[in-house]
Amino acid sequence: MSLLELQAVTKKFGGLTANQDVSFTLEAGQIVGLIGPNGAGKTTAFNCVAGFYAPTSGVIKLDGHDITGLTPEACASAGVARTFQIARTFTSMTALENVTTGALLKQRKLPQARARALHWLSFVGLDRFADKPAGSMTISEQRRLAVARALAISPKLLLMDEVMAGLNPTEVREMVEVVLKIRGTGVACLIVEHVLEGIMPIADKIVVLDRGVKIAEGTPAEVSQSPLVIAAYLGDEQ
Amino acid sequence: MSMKNVYFISRCFAPHSARGNSTVSSLVLCAAILIALLIPFVVSSPSHLNLAVLVLMAAQLGVAWNILGGYAGQVSLGHAAFYGLGAYASTLLVLKFGLNPWICMLAGGLVAAVVSLGFGWSCLRLKGHYFAMATIAVAEILQIVFTNWDYAGAAVGLTLPMDKTGWAYLVFSDKTPYYWLALGLLAVTLLANVAIERSYLGYYLRAIKDEPDAARSIGVDISKYKQIALSISAFFTALGGSLYAQKELYIDPASVLSTSMSIKMALVSILGGVGTLFGPVVGAVVLTSIEEVTRASFGGSGRGTDLIIYAGLIVVIAVFYPSGLLGWWRARVERSRANLALGSKPAETHQKGAR
Amino acid sequence: MTLEILLQTLASGVLIGLIYSLVAIGLTMIFGVMDIVNFAHGEFLMLGMYASFWMFSLYGLDPLLTMPLTMLLLFAFGVLLYSVVIRRIIDAPMLSQIFATFGLMLLLRGVAQFLWKPDFRSVENSWVSGSFKFAGLQLGTPQLVAGIGAVVITAAVYLFLHHTKVGAALEATAADKEAARLMGIDSNRMFALAWGLGAACAGAAGVLLSTFFPIFPEVGATFILLAFVVVNLGGFGSVTGAFWGGIIVGVTEVMGGLLIGPQYKMAIVLTLFLAVLMFRPQGLMGKA
Repeated sequence: MSLLELQAVTKKFGGLTANQDVSFTLEAGQIVGLIGPNGAGKTTAFNCVAGFYAPTSGVIKLDGHDITGLTPEACASAGVARTFQIARTFTSMTALENVTTGALLKQRKLPQARARALHWLSFVGLDRFADKPAGSMTISEQRRLAVARALAISPKLLLMDEVMAGLNPTEVREMVEVVLKIRGTGVACLIVEHVLEGIMPIADKIVVLDRGVKIAEGTPAEVSQSPLVIAAYLGDEQ
Repeated sequence: MSMKNVYFISRCFAPHSARGNSTVSSLVLCAAILIALLIPFVVSSPSHLNLAVLVLMAAQLGVAWNILGGYAGQVSLGHAAFYGLGAYASTLLVLKFGLNPWICMLAGGLVAAVVSLGFGWSCLRLKGHYFAMATIAVAEILQIVFTNWDYAGAAVGLTLPMDKTGWAYLVFSDKTPYYWLALGLLAVTLLANVAIERSYLGYYLRAIKDEPDAARSIGVDISKYKQIALSISAFFTALGGSLYAQKELYIDPASVLSTSMSIKMALVSILGGVGTLFGPVVGAVVLTSIEEVTRASFGGSGRGTDLIIYAGLIVVIAVFYPSGLLGWWRARVERSRANLALGSKPAETHQKGAR
Repeated sequence: MTLEILLQTLASGVLIGLIYSLVAIGLTMIFGVMDIVNFAHGEFLMLGMYASFWMFSLYGLDPLLTMPLTMLLLFAFGVLLYSVVIRRIIDAPMLSQIFATFGLMLLLRGVAQFLWKPDFRSVENSWVSGSFKFAGLQLGTPQLVAGIGAVVITAAVYLFLHHTKVGAALEATAADKEAARLMGIDSNRMFALAWGLGAACAGAAGVLLSTFFPIFPEVGATFILLAFVVVNLGGFGSVTGAFWGGIIVGVTEVMGGLLIGPQYKMAIVLTLFLAVLMFRPQGLMGKA
């Protein structure tokens, strides 16, 4: 049984079909990259898994449980964590408080939640920011903070939405290390990404979407040689 | 109260600034507590003591409002609904069933909390402006209903007997016990705020206010926690209403369910600083002083001068000092400390502490 | 209850409803263009009423005559209010926006109370006083004229928005401020225009009302609440919605008063309001 299964997920917005019969699986502890040209429907699929959209049709299963159409908070309880394209850290709080808020999902007692939060903060290398206001951190640091906050809810699956966008090469490398470390803890990652040099080297599997439809699924090597994929990217002015 | 708790509470003056600020804050807090405890012994004139009671009552209502408005970020302009419900519920229970006033007060609070469940279920998912308008509508409807409800005295209102006095009846001829009652209620409401801030509820409410979608992504059910904040706020507001009833011994729809009462409850927090612990207290002191001064100088001619000053203040605060007096003070203190730290005066940066 | 009473009530409901539409049009325009709820909108109506009153009692000029001038004055006042206060809170947090307009509401009421005292005034024996039998119904002339006036002005606003360049610019700003800006439309000017126009419409409603409704500093309070209900019902940002919404609210109010009791009129309207907020928050034609 796969950790995550998308079965013929279709999402329509009025007359626009953003996802059409998208199906793929993700095994526990895998890193799967979801790539495709602009407008491919990656973020839509992503939001369907995370509960921010309800699919028009199709089934999404996490660990065998049907999570199709659950609210975002219910998905989080079920074990799906996510980050956003804009970090959306809680700016009225310190970094530690941000992560603590995440830890509170599984650990209602504050001292214990704070301890877990500190653990995840160190995990992403931000422990020296513990008592600093989240708003005072750089974009790359806030992104890592958002990752720590997401990990604090003890998820089985972490969805990351373009975490590497706009980062310089050093920051991209730092983020890649964080992702690998996450896999090391047993949490699977589904990553929507445009920065291909960040995701291709580390992914176990790549799923390619184009105009709402899945056009390829396989190892990074297989996918990068697929003529369909090459055509899709060449056709898109990037 | 241990020093650690005083320290913590004083940090609530400025929850996110560096520690150095807190020694001053602790001192200010201790001074304030001392003054509060000494007032009944120092103030001789009953009208001045009454003024102090009014300040405490306004502050308590502001603190209660703030639980929803400040921490959960939902602006209610109809909180008089809960105030009135508390006042009417407790008064009716005392008058019609002869129950112990203390129990009636608590019952009033519970009635308001229960009603807030219905209200929350229907309106909390409304965004900002819409929610504010819904609260106005609910309070108005309630006022109309009570104005026409004969059992509750309709427009004439209800009067509480003043023949029996004492703590068992919660009726006193002297103002001093009311002072202690009001101070006690304020303290309890403040402690409730502190308890919320320190608990997971406080974290969740702050998260909801900052980034609702991010909060949902880490498992926070927004409606549920906003509802909790609403019910707690309603409960304490209702207690304030009951206190008013026991003090004035007369309530009618115009005095406890009016829009001006709702405005005052919100204003006190806006003025002092929404989302801060002591903001409403500061706001209550300032607002009540303004009311008294304008009443004294303009002789209550009914010409609306106090309204003009009041309203002018609201506009100025809303436009220039959105984080209220406390927020403005905090920003000033931070800036002067930053200047000192740098050892020289940097160029004047225009800081607007908007939350 | 006879058919005649029913029709009579319906007629008066429609007529007063048209006034509500006129007040609501300004409110919905302001919201549509800049996403700000103007709690002080009722005060524009109040000022229109007082302008009408003073010109009548001091100079003997009939309200209908002075209406264009009053509308112009209110337009200027709306623009003034925008440039002095509202401009500064466009990007402020919602709490500040709510309180800024709320504060203005109280401020204007206080100033009115200070200048003109809380006494009730009225315009007696204007050109339109008296009543009128029409199709077997007894209608007050001021109410009828007010209703007609409201329709005329509403139609004028509608034509302005849909058939002039400036109107199109206003609609464009309402639809997408940034895109409009990229096309060379100055949003600041559009906002000021919306405020001026909104104030003028509310002022006009005030003038029309002054011929039969009591004039006092707090008169805006009832109408602002009703205007909210209308805007909500019709849809925030929709002028057509405000028109039909006004009629619906007017009819609901008087019918409710007839069927349940006049003291509950407001409660019935507000319950309708809450119901719409809960079940169809975007209203009949709104942009939500």
